[in-house]
Amino acid sequence: MSARTQILASIRSHLAGCASAAPPAHRVPARGRPADVVATFIAEAERAQATVARLSSIAAIPQAVAAYLADHNIPATIRAAPHPVLDTVAWAEQPLLTVTRGRAAEADLNGLSVAVAGVAETGTLVLCSGPGSPTTLNFLPDNHLVVVRSADLVGAYEDALARIGEIYGPGTLPRAVNWVTGPSRTADIEQTLLMGAHGPRRLHILVVDDG
Amino acid sequence: MRSTIADFTANARKGIADKNLQAALSRLSEGFPMKRLEAISRLPEFKQLCDEAKQIKDHTLANLADYLEAYEEKATAAGAHVHWASDGADARDIILKICQDAGAKTVTKGKSMISEEVAINEHLSANGIEPIETDLGEYIIQLRDEPPSHIIAPAIHLSKEQVAETFRTEHTEFSADRILTEPRAMLDEARTVLRRRFVAADVGITGANMLIAETGSSVIVTNEGNGDLTQTLPNTHIVIASIEKVVPTLEAAATILRVLARSATGQDITVYTTFSTGPARPDDPDGPQNYHVVILDNGRSKMLGGEFHDMLRCIKCAACVNHCPVYKAIGGHAYGWVYSGPMGAVLVPGLRGLAEAHDLPAASTLCGKCQDVCPMGIPLPRMLRDWRTRDFDRGRPTAARFGLKTWAWLARHPRLYRLVTTIGTGVLMIFGGGRFRWLPLAGGWTKTRDLAAPEGGSFVGLWKRGER
Ligand code: SF4
Repeated sequence: MSARTQILASIRSHLAGCASAAPPAHRVPARGRPADVVATFIAEAERAQATVARLSSIAAIPQAVAAYLADHNIPATIRAAPHPVLDTVAWAEQPLLTVTRGRAAEADLNGLSVAVAGVAETGTLVLCSGPGSPTTLNFLPDNHLVVVRSADLVGAYEDALARIGEIYGPGTLPRAVNWVTGPSRTADIEQTLLMGAHGPRRLHILVVDDG
Repeated sequence: MRSTIADFTANARKGIADKNLQAALSRLSEGFPMKRLEAISRLPEFKQLCDEAKQIKDHTLANLADYLEAYEEKATAAGAHVHWASDGADARDIILKICQDAGAKTVTKGKSMISEEVAINEHLSANGIEPIETDLGEYIIQLRDEPPSHIIAPAIHLSKEQVAETFRTEHTEFSADRILTEPRAMLDEARTVLRRRFVAADVGITGANMLIAETGSSVIVTNEGNGDLTQTLPNTHIVIASIEKVVPTLEAAATILRVLARSATGQDITVYTTFSTGPARPDDPDGPQNYHVVILDNGRSKMLGGEFHDMLRCIKCAACVNHCPVYKAIGGHAYGWVYSGPMGAVLVPGLRGLAEAHDLPAASTLCGKCQDVCPMGIPLPRMLRDWRTRDFDRGRPTAARFGLKTWAWLARHPRLYRLVTTIGTGVLMIFGGGRFRWLPLAGGWTKTRDLAAPEGGSFVGLWKRGER
């Protein structure tokens, strides 16, 4: 008998005679329904140690990226996702910023991605893998910058899942859906909380109002 | 993972006498429980959500075979290779074969208690493949050749001086007179060393916090990002998950996620929650080309339907461990294997047998704190007593001091209890048309299935119908 047959048979025989329990009604907690989604998202993301800048339009991205890197004394290079939103911006306005596109390489210091949604209840970014959104950008670079449109900010996880459902079809997900809440961290040595474990040391979110 | 469960008493004595451990345990009692309370205070519906999470698991366990089959079908459709392992030996063989087929020299690993349970590292090493733990805590204890002492904080028993000493011994590529006094310097060093390992690995192995039947996805939650580098960079990703990890839907997963991190570290959510579905798609710029899932039983199916059925609701948050006065006195190594604290004391006898693990359920004051903080409402004290009853029935004199006869009636109680609560839930349940994306999808299923006829229409048949 295959292990599969054996396991399924064992489960069924041990459950024989047990009543089936009904699934519960689904509840979205009140903090997933904030009055001001954008303000709550920003406050929660900052609570998770992310930083946030609010931009009036997509066109402001190059300047915001250059300013962030300069403010933190980080070399002015960035690997930007091959995402259509980032195709339209005028990188040439920032001649000192070296922009390359594509998936992240080991040596990349800074990465720029575009999120599908942001969830206010915990300040969580939702990134979906695909041609315009390499997963490596979310984890390899030391500094991760993420663009999210304020129109894509939602209250609860369920809203973000619904948005993904609209894009990919119900019950279908892209290869990787990454929920990201603040920069990477660990407390494994004497419970001392430190940022920048294996993933990004910094997470900077660009909330774009008109996109 | 070798076991020293049988040496419990000696191990516990050692733990009590270990100064580093005692300092670590007092840090633990101040840390996680306080943060948990703070997180809960920011979520007024916490109790209700725990209750719903519990009901989700009760429902899933009652239909476990069907949900596993549904998960398998969805995962396979997304390009996953799903394997089934009855026990540790099966799992080791399957994983070794995948690694060998991939021509693997090194394998990175995300933190997975299941992989500790089946001792995959030892097996890979014995076959010439180097496994590298990448969670910082797991990495440290791997270097020290120690078992984890806590399910979510595996190196909690160590002082920073001990970690520094280990790094000095093992990281010989760094200058001997480097300064290594603060955790920051140690973390940066480990990050540098492991970064190379992530990039070079041929296979990445992770556990799963959940498998989602609705989408065929595996879910991991981490704070470090190591699990994601492990499963994104190598050409092959292997997920190892035990049978009870399946949940019906993404919505169900959201409910469980809302209580998991809050119960565990007191975070609202972990930094990274990742849903993986199949291998890289044709137009994906990165991600593994091969994606395997190993579904492990290893004694769990036998726990279904009996006194220890409820233990399979466990989401491995470690809240019970963090609040256990016995754990906080003796530390995790005393328990002698992978799982410690109250959840370990109940689970381990189920997985490894009472003959070896009879001391663990005895090591409890039955204060009830574990059950109070368990988000899944697992009746840990009752089950500890049930194990003691069984041990007593084996005629072991040590158990007699607990006056087990008083509790003997409980052994037959849980099934009745479950039946009663199930009927209650069933009556209260309201199915608004299409409001839930629970697996059966069709309203007809719920009507025939919920209350009246557990043996009604074939689950899989209806799942397929719903799909069409
Ligand atoms: S038994 Fe409950 S509290 Fe303990 S780890 Fe499992 S879910 Fe968490």
